[in-house]
Amino acid sequence: MKHLTEYRDGETAKRLAGEIARQVTRPWAIMEVCGGQTHSIIRNGIDQILPDQIEMIHGPGCPVCVTPLEVIDKALAIAARPDVIFCSFGDMLRVPGSEGDLFKVKAAGGDVRVVYCPLDAVKIARENPDREVVLLAIGFETTAPANAMAVKVAHDQHVDNFSALVSHVLVPPAIRAIMESPGNRVAGFLAAGHVCAVTGYSHYRPLCDQYQVPIVITGFEPLDVLDGIRRCIIQLESGTAELENAYPRVVTEQGNVAAQVLLEEVFETIDRNWRGIGAIAQSGWRLRDAYRSFDAEIKFDVSAIATRESTLCRAGDVLKGAIKPNQCEAFGKQCTPRTPLGATMVSGEGACAAYYNYGRLVPLEAPDVQAASAKVAEQA
Amino acid sequence: MADDSTSNTPRDHGDKTIEFSGLVCPVPLQDYPNIILGHGGGGKLSADLVQHVFLPAFQNDHLAVLGDSAVFQLAGVQLAGQRLAMSTDSYVVRPLFFPGGSIGDLVVNGTVNDLAMSGATPLYLTAAFILEEGFPIAQLKRIADAMGAAARRAGVAIISGDTKVVERGHGDGCYINTAGVGIVPDGIDIAPNHTRPGDVVILSGTLGDHGMAIMSVREGLEFDAEIRSDSAPLADMVAGIIQVCPDVHTLRDPTRGGLSASLNEIAAASGCGIVIDETRLPIHPTVQSACEILGFDPLLVANEGKLVCMVPAESADAVLNAIRSDKHGSGAAIIGRVVADHPGVVVAKTAIGASRVVVAPIGEQLPRIC
Repeated sequence: MKHLTEYRDGETAKRLAGEIARQVTRPWAIMEVCGGQTHSIIRNGIDQILPDQIEMIHGPGCPVCVTPLEVIDKALAIAARPDVIFCSFGDMLRVPGSEGDLFKVKAAGGDVRVVYCPLDAVKIARENPDREVVLLAIGFETTAPANAMAVKVAHDQHVDNFSALVSHVLVPPAIRAIMESPGNRVAGFLAAGHVCAVTGYSHYRPLCDQYQVPIVITGFEPLDVLDGIRRCIIQLESGTAELENAYPRVVTEQGNVAAQVLLEEVFETIDRNWRGIGAIAQSGWRLRDAYRSFDAEIKFDVSAIATRESTLCRAGDVLKGAIKPNQCEAFGKQCTPRTPLGATMVSGEGACAAYYNYGRLVPLEAPDVQAASAKVAEQA
Repeated sequence: MADDSTSNTPRDHGDKTIEFSGLVCPVPLQDYPNIILGHGGGGKLSADLVQHVFLPAFQNDHLAVLGDSAVFQLAGVQLAGQRLAMSTDSYVVRPLFFPGGSIGDLVVNGTVNDLAMSGATPLYLTAAFILEEGFPIAQLKRIADAMGAAARRAGVAIISGDTKVVERGHGDGCYINTAGVGIVPDGIDIAPNHTRPGDVVILSGTLGDHGMAIMSVREGLEFDAEIRSDSAPLADMVAGIIQVCPDVHTLRDPTRGGLSASLNEIAAASGCGIVIDETRLPIHPTVQSACEILGFDPLLVANEGKLVCMVPAESADAVLNAIRSDKHGSGAAIIGRVVADHPGVVVAKTAIGASRVVVAPIGEQLPRIC
């Protein structure tokens, strides 16, 4: 709790914002990679106290958002089976597949359960030996160790009615893809602190060198984010492109070695599709051969599922930083948190949901709203 | 009262703010042809059912007010200016027993509080039980004893009831419905649409205690300190408020959907804007930490022993003192004010001097992935 108040102090925030304003001399686009940072920015109004020259671009670092549609559809198909108990993190339940979401499967009689720890799914499997228990194992390097642990425990203890639908994605290949995408505007990155807490950060250095881009490892509290921006701006203004760790209270250079050993044992790197973005080479993990019998995709033979993505949704452009959420024509109209077309409007960390929920909304249809909006802005 | 004169001057960001009216889906029920859990979450999905299913079917002036209880006069019955208040609620909480209370306390306190939010003195309750075949009678006895004790604490009597049993597998042990009636004193007229610009917003204590207490035991989560439900009857607190401020405009107990749902309902009903100061929200540190871990917003978490009130500015200090002198109101705080700007929208001023919109929840909050 001390940390929460310590890193949310309003006066320090204003001082940091003032320092950023003094440093900046020209426009810069900085990408916060992680959806947790996006939410911190929007929820606390950090963008409101930054100088106009700084544009924060919201990156692809929301695991819920980038999980491919085909994985969601496979999850829906497996979860609908009467012999299956389907376990998921809570915020995956509302993510739209081609024909619905896990809530709809649950309402139609599917046994869909929210778990807080992947090992709980193994426990459920032990308690229900006559049912198949499937864990939706998605996320970045942050959630991967716990999912790997669940698979390893099931393997070692012969819990053969457990399996995992694995769709893990990795941050460094995504940074590489962004830097190499046509028209890239990102000049600096705030890297996700909790990812680096697992992986360490030495492998980010080659990215700084190759693309001459500063990368600052950053936490999630308002002062963390402001300090990350400050360090990034100082580098950009001075023409340097270094790797900086602005989150030393959590992140070390070597990271969590035990977790890395576990990940290496259970997973192998593959090319992976990112929802809205497309394939990124060597950007994902799947189960190694030794653990393949715990692969739900194989166990339930769902490889032939056809997908149907919304033609209106521009979540991919949002994730790549090409547009702001409210520049999508469907934003706030056909697409709301209640009627999401894409995962970025669903996830608690999705950029579109952050814009919608915390009031970064261009009034597209109601001109009388603009006056009210301006008054709210004045009161801030 | 809440200070809105923060010195920070933001850059012009009139191009990226606020307002949802006119932008939501015109046929919201199309999303889910079947009931999902979120329809019971007290947020927008619950409101959809009320707006599109119940109000059109039941249509009458009392229901249209959408208060926590209905206030009315019986035709031909003179009560010296007094009116009756009536309310009902069903309780499906799991687990049935939790730190700080049980379903027995909840069913009494919940309906007592719904009546109190119209300014009524609660008098009589009914209780209807839907029990699942196999449910232990010893547990039912514990629940009934808790109900009796809660009723005595709240000064009400449970005067009628009903029991139904459903086959094993068709229920969740024990569901309870309570209904209640009370008397609204002459001259007291409290409703969400009475909120006015200039009103001060007062919260009677810490946010989210009940919801996180339930969450911690339901999901087996352990935190440094035990989180206890705040389940409590608030009729005495309301009586104290009315005594110093008979002109109290609006009272609401922020249960399902939390403070966010209540403030949004009040803003919508009154056509006013509401500005709250995040730094003034009382939140227990353990609850705050638990919310951080799970990715929950304390503004959206349920309470069972708190009220939020909108009172004229000149009465704010007296009301605050009245609430603080009640045994359930020691943590009361002025958290904001009602404004004429941005009608129907609730805005929170953040700790760093910026602002954000506080939206009503859709359904239930979902724990996030990481």
